[in-house]
Amino acid sequence: MRVLVCVKRVPAPGAKINITADGQAVDTAYLAFTTSPHEECAVEAAVQLVEQHGGESTVLTLGPAEADEQLRYAASIGVNRAVLLPITEHDWDPQRTATALAAAIGEIEARDGAFDVILFGNESADSGNFQVGVRVAHALGRPMVNGAKGIEVDGDAMRVRRDTGAGVEVYELPLPAVVGVKEGINLPRYPTLKGRLASKKAEVVQVVPGAEPGGQRMITLVQAAEQVSQTVILGQGPDAAPAVVDLLQELGVLK
Amino acid sequence: MNVLVVVEHDRGELSPATLEALAAARALVGVVHALTLGAAADGRAGELGAHGAAVVHQVHHDLLAAYGPVAWGEAVAQAARSLAAEVVLACGTDRGNEVIAQAAARLDLPFVANCVAIDRDSWEITRVRWGGSLLERCSLAAATKLLTVAHHTFEVLPAPAAGVTNTVAVDLDPSLARTMVVDRVERAAGITLATAPVVVGGGRAVGSAEGFVPLEALAALLGGVVGCSRAVTNNGWRNHTDQVGQTGTRIAPDLYIACGISGAIQHWVGAMASKKILAINTDPEANMVLKADYAVIGDLHQVVPAISAEIIRRRG
Ligand SMILES: Cc1cc2nc3c(=O)[nH]c(=O)nc-3n(C[C@H](O)[C@H](O)[C@H](O)COP(=O)(O)OP(=O)(O)OC[C@H]3O[C@@H](n4cnc5c(N)ncnc54)[C@H](O)[C@@H]3O)c2cc1C
Ligand SMILES: Nc1ncnc2c1ncn2[C@@H]1O[C@H](COP(=O)(O)O)[C@@H](O)[C@H]1O
Repeated sequence: MRVLVCVKRVPAPGAKINITADGQAVDTAYLAFTTSPHEECAVEAAVQLVEQHGGESTVLTLGPAEADEQLRYAASIGVNRAVLLPITEHDWDPQRTATALAAAIGEIEARDGAFDVILFGNESADSGNFQVGVRVAHALGRPMVNGAKGIEVDGDAMRVRRDTGAGVEVYELPLPAVVGVKEGINLPRYPTLKGRLASKKAEVVQVVPGAEPGGQRMITLVQAAEQVSQTVILGQGPDAAPAVVDLLQELGVLK
Repeated sequence: MNVLVVVEHDRGELSPATLEALAAARALVGVVHALTLGAAADGRAGELGAHGAAVVHQVHHDLLAAYGPVAWGEAVAQAARSLAAEVVLACGTDRGNEVIAQAAARLDLPFVANCVAIDRDSWEITRVRWGGSLLERCSLAAATKLLTVAHHTFEVLPAPAAGVTNTVAVDLDPSLARTMVVDRVERAAGITLATAPVVVGGGRAVGSAEGFVPLEALAALLGGVVGCSRAVTNNGWRNHTDQVGQTGTRIAPDLYIACGISGAIQHWVGAMASKKILAINTDPEANMVLKADYAVIGDLHQVVPAISAEIIRRRG
């Protein structure tokens, strides 16, 4: 089985997200970077599918040269191949990103064979456009379901489970298929020392992407209104318990 | 301007989010049209009319009987074309975003997800990023504008309109059945993290799966449930269904008791709709403490059992 997983490098902000002076990006001067949680789970799912069914997995990203770090993270937990589509802008709009990813996937498939399963995150952590995976699937003419909390491949079909407010719904897709994964589908493993060392030597193939901008253009990032509150300190340590229970009574949560 | 609101429903049952989309559409334009997919939703025209839909366009097709993102997206694309819609709008739920993204891909048009403000003259839009921690202003250039509005943003208000029905024909290829709901498991009734009146949340400082026992006890005394941070799920101490935050559940209890949680922005966006927040933390400068309404500074392992003991003592 051939599995592809698409990930995006995003900053990992702490208590607050700061914006650069020109309003074009998150100020990452003091931040580490990561792979979105949904996509971390997609990477884990790719590795598991190959463990269960044999074959090989590939990770693909469009981003700055530094996104090499996220590709090597995927390699460190067992993804076999890595492809980087380097860009110099902060980010590409979702139509443009999808066009570039679909073209790159087409090239890889023409050379090495079709992917049976292509995995995305449900949405990217930073821009959250909720569409790149859907667009790529359509460009490739493949069925796509987002929000997967469970996948099982059986022969040439895949069962996908997803949560709704009222329960779980199940889809059955013929392969080749595309799925957007939500965090919680699995618990991503930590890289082993051996995996980390091996990932340093992994080959990252670079392909310069070409695609025209789409119709959605970012003008600027804007800080969300911050909730400010005067925190009432009820006390220190266990001695605060009576004050807490008074509060519970006042709030009417103590029946 | 001709605005078409895509109605979200499950086998005929209207999603309340649809009414938010109708409210958002009314803010854009005087006359709003709605689109229902599948005959099961035919009976909803009255309700849609009561919330501002002048015309309810109905699409009937076997492939639309159960929800399927590909068939639904294709039907929306065809209806948007045949009705010459200038704006196609839905609420940014899982299904809303999925269906509009499918339609956008098919029409080869841009799609702006989770908008909170739309200027219909300049088509400058403000939308949600980072699950709500950050906003983006963007421009949108397209003959047909495809949008979703962020969930829980536009207030639902009744606005009586005609709700005249009209049938729209679509031509759906059988291959579109490739993504359809084939099976369902309904959840047993009961409170969930999203609906609980009280949530007792635990973070990394809880230290282990067993460490949650006192939090469970407090939650039980308050008729609530336990939630947690991603540090907890990452450690495998609790299931992801308990995670509060950007990639977990958004909670809105009367009271959220956050124990040993630092209040990272991705956790905060999931908790900020809580009516009141009580933080229990050893660090008086922790973001959760600064943002909470109330705080106890101290070790959660001592404070949480002391609160439970005090409740039991008062109950006698
Ligand atoms: C894209 C993205 C999405 C994310 N989504 C989510 C999400 O959905 N939900 C989520 O929770 N996180 C999410 N995160 C992770 C988030 O950034 C934080 O890493 C995480 O919330 C931290 O969990 P925590 O507060 O339990 O741990 P920490 O940040 O380690 O905080 C522990 C806290 O416990 C306090 N403490 C220590 N000892 C004690 C004690 N004995 N008693 C009381 N207090 C004590 C400390 O002062 C500290 O404030 C996401 C991250 C990214 C990058
Ligand atoms: N620059 C990118 N490179 C690779 N994959 C991406 C990129 N942007 C988005 N994706 C994938 O598409 C999914 C949906 O992204 P979005 O449409 O931005 O919410 C993400 O979870 C990723 O799996």
